[in-house]
Amino acid sequence: MTETVNVDVKLGVNKFHVDEGHPHIILKDNPNMTEYRKLVNACPAGLYKLEEDGSIRFDSAGCLECGTCKFLCGDTILEKWEYPRGTFGIEYRYG
Amino acid sequence: MEEEAFDAIIVGAGLAGCVAAYVLAKEGADVLVIERGNYAGSKNMTGGRLYAHSLEKIIPGFAKEAPVERKVTKEKVTFLTDDTGVTLDYHNGRSQTSTQESYTVLRGDFDQWLMAKAEEVGAQFITGIRVDELITKDGKVVGVNADGDELIAKAVILAEGVNPVLGEKLGMVKPKVNADAMAVGAKELIELPKEVIQDRFNLSDDEGAAWLFAGSPSNGLMGGGFIYTNQTTVSLGIVCGLHDIGSSDKTVPQMLEDFKNHSIIKPLLEGGKLLEYSGHVVPEAGLNMVPKLVDDGVLITGDAAGFCLNIGYTVRGMDLAIASGEAAAKAVLTARANKDFSAQGLSSYQTLLEDSFVMKDLKLYKNLPAFMETPRIFNEYPKMVADIMQSMFTVDGSESQPLRKTLMKHCKEVGYMNLIKDGIKGVTAI
Ligand SMILES: Cc1cc2nc3c(=O)[nH]c(=O)nc-3n(C[C@H](O)[C@H](O)[C@H](O)COP(=O)(O)OP(=O)(O)OC[C@H]3O[C@@H](n4cnc5c(N)ncnc54)[C@H](O)[C@@H]3O)c2cc1C
Ligand code: SF4
Repeated sequence: MTETVNVDVKLGVNKFHVDEGHPHIILKDNPNMTEYRKLVNACPAGLYKLEEDGSIRFDSAGCLECGTCKFLCGDTILEKWEYPRGTFGIEYRYG
Repeated sequence: MEEEAFDAIIVGAGLAGCVAAYVLAKEGADVLVIERGNYAGSKNMTGGRLYAHSLEKIIPGFAKEAPVERKVTKEKVTFLTDDTGVTLDYHNGRSQTSTQESYTVLRGDFDQWLMAKAEEVGAQFITGIRVDELITKDGKVVGVNADGDELIAKAVILAEGVNPVLGEKLGMVKPKVNADAMAVGAKELIELPKEVIQDRFNLSDDEGAAWLFAGSPSNGLMGGGFIYTNQTTVSLGIVCGLHDIGSSDKTVPQMLEDFKNHSIIKPLLEGGKLLEYSGHVVPEAGLNMVPKLVDDGVLITGDAAGFCLNIGYTVRGMDLAIASGEAAAKAVLTARANKDFSAQGLSSYQTLLEDSFVMKDLKLYKNLPAFMETPRIFNEYPKMVADIMQSMFTVDGSESQPLRKTLMKHCKEVGYMNLIKDGIKGVTAI
């Protein structure tokens, strides 16, 4: 087992055009925690965070637009899931 | 209104969309592609291996001009546990026909090239615009609503990829696809000098390696790891089935990190620089998830239609996206000739697919997804082969056992019945 991965550092090399003030994914106020934990594991960008005190933290800014959270948990935790508006979001330079 | 309508509007400039545009425009049809990213390929990633056959039939000799990375001549499969690996190595020095070849690719460059080919023959292309809705009239799709503009078309081809938001809104794709039908992939693109890649992977100038890993990369869940060599980069990634992800003791990014640090992989990437980190969903359920493919004025193609095969430890979707994009375009051309864009008028799409490898291969592997969910394949078998190897190669002065006995001992751990059962299931699934 290696050290705990720091996904934010990896996301840091990517090119994003963040649509400030217009998040394309919004969580429900009190998301189902069993479902939420699935996303802590599954989101390739590691955006579904669980703090030591048990609180949750999510920021759609580093989203890779893969759709995993929508498929896996849908409206059990998501208020809204849509693609960012045209031109915004992740921009793969290599793919 | 009818006069100004496009023959076809295509949503999405991935492989399926670009090919459909190329085939339509080449025959003189009036076609518009709308892509939400800033260029074709800007939202797309893949593992890395394009089987050439389907594009070769559409653009013969494409690999000579397209930005392909390396021609795959070396194949490796490794059964991996946390601290061991057993590898099968195959070098293909035989000459291949152009339809048998395969290439490593990076989608940023490749999709842009393919879109440019479609533009050369007359397709129109707009980027940075997200299609928000389909416009329907009397139950028939007649155009798209994009960024407040209404654009009218006789047919709309949905080539929107694995997350078909528009197809779902129309009701053609079931909205809450079962998580069993999906896997998630994560990949790092790592830069290394060309000579270093060729030395470490034992490749000559334009040769490439495709290397698949089963076992520990996906933490014993359905899935695996991959390495594809490009010109001056290496694509390293994992794919992991979603249906048991909740009970995994590792996150997906952690699986990739541990895979990268495995003692077999680490020396191969030493000194490399991370250029990009990407993630994407893979449709995995094969034939079981194919939606309604045609309706009045609309067709669904590529990943959006679930045309993707998970054969063992590898994913194949690009050649299917290309062939289904071509079939959709041909169906629209037939509808155009007959001036009938109804579901009936577009139904040759279905027939073209049935007659092609797309449906034939999907049918052939129909039972494979269920078979792949047997957890033994991803944890116990890799350990079993590693244990057999260890027994064979460890000499420590203790009394040697006959090979037969050694083999039996390790098979017993998994259970003979399981081996036989999985063997039969595996063979009949294929
Ligand atoms: C990790 C991983 C490894 C893989 N490895 C391989 C492999 O080695 N070999 C192989 O053959 N296949 C592989 N695949 C599968 C392959 O990548 C896909 O099957 C293929 O990319 C599908 O192409 P597509 O054209 O259908 O969709 P995509 O390439 O996803 O294109 C869809 C396009 O539609 C656009 N779009 C979506 N919605 C809208 C909208 N509303 N408005 C405007 N534009 C929109 C997107 O921006 C995108 O450009 C792999 C997949 C993954 C995830
Ligand atoms: S779409 Fe993918 S990357 Fe974005 S938040 Fe959901 S799981 Fe994470």
